[in-house]
Amino acid sequence: MSEVLIIAALLLTAFMATAVVLTRDPARQAIVLSGYGIVLAVLFVVLQAPDVAMSQTGVGTVVVPLIVMLAIHAIRRHHTREPDEGDES
Amino acid sequence: MSHLPYLIPGWILLVGIYGIVTSRNLVHAVVCLSVAQSATYVLLLTVGYQKKATAPVFSDIKPTRNVVDPLVQAMTLTDIVVGATVTALLLALTVQVAKRRGTVDPDELRSLEP
Amino acid sequence: MTGRVRLLVLAVGGIGLAVLFALAAFRLPGFGGTVHPYGQRTLPNALAHHTPNVISSINFDQRALDTLGEELILMASALATVLVLRTVRAEQEESAGEHAYGAAQVFDALRITGYLLLPITLMTGVYIVAHGYLSPGGGFQGGVVLGSAIHLVYLAGDYPALARIRPIPMFETGEALAAGAFVVLALWFAGQVKAMNAVVGLEVGCAFVLALAKFFEQALLVRKDS
Repeated sequence: MSEVLIIAALLLTAFMATAVVLTRDPARQAIVLSGYGIVLAVLFVVLQAPDVAMSQTGVGTVVVPLIVMLAIHAIRRHHTREPDEGDES
Repeated sequence: MSHLPYLIPGWILLVGIYGIVTSRNLVHAVVCLSVAQSATYVLLLTVGYQKKATAPVFSDIKPTRNVVDPLVQAMTLTDIVVGATVTALLLALTVQVAKRRGTVDPDELRSLEP
Repeated sequence: MTGRVRLLVLAVGGIGLAVLFALAAFRLPGFGGTVHPYGQRTLPNALAHHTPNVISSINFDQRALDTLGEELILMASALATVLVLRTVRAEQEESAGEHAYGAAQVFDALRITGYLLLPITLMTGVYIVAHGYLSPGGGFQGGVVLGSAIHLVYLAGDYPALARIRPIPMFETGEALAAGAFVVLALWFAGQVKAMNAVVGLEVGCAFVLALAKFFEQALLVRKDS
């Protein structure tokens, strides 16, 4: 039973990793990355690693996607301001 | 047959590298790098797994019980948290690139001079 | 380098890596086997030192010096993030209170959920840090929970409140003190798992709060001088 569970979790992890890479729009990618974080956490629980799963849940589903979203937002602000405000320095 | 699970982290690593090479956006490249990095977590934990063993926490089980390898788990645990701050640093650099150069497409960032 | 040449180089390197990885993987001990030489050596030591959570025992007792290196990487990257994203002279920071992003219109359900979850999440973080030597958990995991918990206030739509409860200098001081305390503990008092869990929890929490704070500033507040 646990064998089947592990194989399924491993295949799901490989699938989600591929999905993250093939999502080309970074804003959508942040959401898929969050899903990948959850799937990794499930895999770690199945592999009997609750400590690792805990830190993966916090980091992989909350912190990193949030930072990615904020970075995209910051970059967009600079993109939209570029044409109408001339260059500084 | 019993070695096939080890091929999954290899696939994740290759997919991550493919994403970095073909990326048209530095944010996308950084996320792909974090995917490639996650291959190490999967590899370490699959190497440490043991059939019919339980998690290495002895607060409610007998000390003679079989447990999975705790060393690889400790390494993975710190790696995940430290890796997240390194990803944050890379994204901070990306934000600075966007500010200085007005683009995050690596193909448009050929020279180092603005 | 054109796109086609790049893909060709990638294909050559990728196939080489795949072959070597597969060759290496098939010479490892079988999946789920009983050969774990390093792990088995750590178990008696953890039990002898009365730390039921073997992973905490490895991180903060048996391999504390290794964790010290990881801690310093964590501090260095958090410091570098703060440094790279500082507000430079050509930019100005809008004050958080009067900005359009503050006190945004969000659904009441989201606002209430955010405020309700905040104390529960903080408590969970403290619990995970405090019981790290006994049950799954510890400074790293609890620190992540603590560091992300206060951002529930932002989820509730109140960025000015988040900026008020998160004075940057205090968290910078906390980060520095925790890192210093960890160096002292790791070098002279290795094995104090509970104290080291607490210090690491503080340091990781402060590092994430600082990095996220700088990203929030960049995303919401900083604009170029016109």
